[in-house]
Formats: sequence, C-alpha cells, structure tokens
Amino acid sequence: MAFLTKHQILERSPTLLLVSCFAVVTVGGIVEIAPLFYLENTIEEVEGMRPYSPLELTGRDIYIREGCYTCHSQMIRPMRDEVERYGHYSLAAESMYDHPFQWGSKRTGPDVARVGGRYSDAWHVDHMNDPQSVVPESIMPKYAFLGRTEIDGEYVQDLLETHRIVGVPYTDEMIESAQADFTVQADPDADWDDMLARYPGAVVSNFDGQPGITEMDALIAYLQMLGTLVDFSTFVPDESR
Amino acid sequence: MSKTETDEATGVDTTGHEWDGIKELNNPLPRWWLWCFYLTIIWGIGYTIAFPAWPMLSSATQGVLGYSTRAEVAAEIDRFEQQNASLKSALAQSDLTQLAANPDLQRFAVANGAAVFRTNCSQCHGSGAAGAKGYPNLLDDDWLWGGSIDEIAYTVTHGIRNDVDSDAHWSQMPAFGDILEEGQIGEVVHHVLALSGQEHDSGLAEAGAVVFEENCASCHGEAGLGDREQGAPNLTDAIWLYGGDAQALTDTVTYSRFGVMPPWGGRLGKADVNAVSAYVHGLGGGE
Repeated sequence: MAFLTKHQILERSPTLLLVSCFAVVTVGGIVEIAPLFYLENTIEEVEGMRPYSPLELTGRDIYIREGCYTCHSQMIRPMRDEVERYGHYSLAAESMYDHPFQWGSKRTGPDVARVGGRYSDAWHVDHMNDPQSVVPESIMPKYAFLGRTEIDGEYVQDLLETHRIVGVPYTDEMIESAQADFTVQADPDADWDDMLARYPGAVVSNFDGQPGITEMDALIAYLQMLGTLVDFSTFVPDESR
Repeated sequence: MSKTETDEATGVDTTGHEWDGIKELNNPLPRWWLWCFYLTIIWGIGYTIAFPAWPMLSSATQGVLGYSTRAEVAAEIDRFEQQNASLKSALAQSDLTQLAANPDLQRFAVANGAAVFRTNCSQCHGSGAAGAKGYPNLLDDDWLWGGSIDEIAYTVTHGIRNDVDSDAHWSQMPAFGDILEEGQIGEVVHHVLALSGQEHDSGLAEAGAVVFEENCASCHGEAGLGDREQGAPNLTDAIWLYGGDAQALTDTVTYSRFGVMPPWGGRLGKADVNAVSAYVHGLGGGE
C-alpha cells in the first residue's frame, strides 16, 4: 500500500505542504468563483433595475451603519412559504448595484427585500421612533434619533463617485446633480421631474413629515423603494437559472 | 529524530516522531471510516452529474435530473394553488354581500382572510385588529370609510390617500393652525369636547360652536357626526384615532392628520382581498 503512504512526503515538508495547499485552494477558487463572472445563466438581466438615487443611497448607508442587516435579511428565498409571506423570490439582479449586498440569513426581524410600498411613510416614522407602539410584540430598538439628525448631502456626490468606481453606472449628469436630486426627493413641492427621469420609480415625499432633511428621510426613502423596481407581472422566470 | 519503534504493550509501530517524550502509535484509520470517505467522493461525483454543477464555456451543466430551484418553487406554489383553486376562483367572483348564503365558502374566506390579515395587515392594525394610535381599530363599529363588506373590500383594494392607486379614498383636512387664531382653536376644541360628552368649558364651547359651523361642519357635519364620503370621523363618540383629550384635539386641529393606507389589490389579488374583507367584516363591527 505504498500509494496510501505518499501523503507523508507532504506532511514532512512544511514548505511543500504550504505550496500544495495554495495550489488546491487556487484551483478550487478558480473553478467556483471565476465562472460566475462569465456564465450566461448566472448573469440575469432584468428590466427596471437602476442605480440608487442619492437620497436612497444615503439611506442605505444609514441602514448599514445602524447594523439593520444583523436582524433583517434582504433575500427572499425561492420557497413557497417565503414567497407567500414576502412576495416574489429575490433575483440576483436586484442586488446588482448593492455594494455590499445585504442578503443575509439571520432573521430576528422579517425580511425587508420587498418592504417598499407596504407601509405608509408615517408608519415607518412611528415604527422607527417606537417600534412597540405599532407592533407590541416587536423587540426592535428605537431609532428616534434618526429624525433629529439633519443631513444636507454635502458629500453625496463623493458617495456616488465611489460607487461608480466599483462599477455602478452613474452618469456624469447623475453625479453633477447628486446634491440637488438628494434635496428634491424629500420635498414634494420642489421640481423633481428631472430627478425622477434619472431615477425612475423613486418615491418623492416628505418622508418624516417634518421640515428639513433628516436621516429618517433618507432611510425611509431607501426602504420605500426596496424590491419595487422589477415589475413581476411581466417578469418571466428562466428556469435554468 | 525519526526512529520507528515497536510499542511493547500493543505490538504496533510508532510513527517515529517524538514530542517531549510523547510518541504516537501508527494505527491505520478504521477501515469503515476509510470506505465511507471513498464513498463520499464517489457520491460527490455522482451528485455533480445528477444536479447542475460543472461550469462549461457558456453555461453550467444542467444535470441529468433536470433540477431547477425556480421550477421547484413554481410547482410547489402551483400545487397549493390547485388545492384551493375552485374555492379561490369562487371567492374572487362571488358577491360578497351574499357570502353568508354559502357557509363553506364563507368559512374558507374567513380562515384564509385571517392568515392574510396576520401577514399583511397586523403591522399597522395590530395582530388582534385593535389598531394603534393613528391606525384604526377594526373591531368596533366606527368606520371612517364605511363598514359594509363591499366598502371594506374597496378600502383594502385601493387604500387611502396614497399616490399609487388613483382610486384610493382621498380627503385632506386643512392644518387650521394656518387658518384660525389660536383662541379660535381653543374654542373649537372645547366645542368638540362638548360634542363628545367630555369635560369642557361651556363658555369656550359656545364660542367654538360658531367656529365649528364655519370651518368644520362641511366635512364633519353640523352635529359632528362625520361623513364617510370624505372619511371624516364622527366627533360625538368616545372613539378617537389620534386621541380625544384637549391636547390631542388641539394638535389635530392645528396640524391636521393625514393617515395613509397602501393599496393591496395588486399585491393580494381579488380572492385574498375578498377573504380578508370577509375576515375583517366578521370581527364584530361589520355592517
């Protein structure tokens, strides 16, 4: 059984073991990861996806900063019970502009991949200020301070540029008008037609119901668009994916 | 360093290594374990043949079993849809006011509606449908936009004051802080306190009656009984959506209220809208 003792050669030479391990991991990595970038059936394009608007992207940063992902996933798995509760299962393409993605498998709270449009803005404000006032059985902490923290989008242009570096197709026009778009999305009385042309399907509202733009506005703008961009009444799932 | 010895007690060779006087017997792995290990390798290869696995040039191998996650979940959803298909289509087409004439369908509607309610409605209206401040209680017989089963179904389908559905119920109370003097607001608040049978200053209430008549009566009615066409609440009962004490009433008059409900027709579909309407109608306050 000389063949079965060959491994002893590797085990007795740390350098050789290290090099061999590296070779195995490299091959495994190439086989498992590289095809995802070129296989047609892992790259599904769907209609309706667009980069986040400046206010939504700011809200998304707040979502990440506050660690919302530690309790809320953004991935509806393809199972009947999940589809019945949350809506159509998530598509990879719906996270195509997410850096980083917010999928997750830890659900202390419900999945929020399709929370957009489910509740009124006022509900979100009530729920952030005091979750137990609307859902008594909830264990979510209070986030009332978001509504007291004003923001002006001073650096939102840099934020968009950073996302462009990692591959989000923000146009020059989008980046130039970033701060203006940031402001008008939270003001229904402003002239937001251009913003809406750049970011179709964005929700324009004074989200937190008080004057000025706060972190609450940004976060609710983000939540109200989650999962709403793809029109599933016209979406035909390709079963090979 | 490396010297293989034979252990006296067991008769097994050592590995030849020594660490601080500790030596290791060179026993082979148990045979059953080894065979299981080889079997998992063979199983793994078989698995990649049966299921989608190997990356090729333009797509991955599909696997000889033709498995697809999406096809599986679609089949699973379809299987459950089929089980209730006849009841669901009957419910979608039925005249809700005649639902009681068909006890089987009504039982299905109420049970199904309860599940729909817990999934989609309880976050605002509460898991027991008792509501919260700003979110109406659905157990009582006080209805803003009507409590017949058809009216409930309309509200569920189109929602209230949302920008998504053009058929949504719509009305807007002005913020009277911009319209009335502060004193007038105090007067009309006392008039409403009087209307609802609460403690009040009768002098202020009397003055408030004039303010009420000029500013509030067109929606809430001269007697303050409300108007369901406009979702204007009845001010003479003890049921308050945003609170009925002097402070809450002052806030309501000054800043107004604007309760929004999203439309659920598109999300739920006709059968589930009818089901949840039957459930809510049956909670106690249905008309």
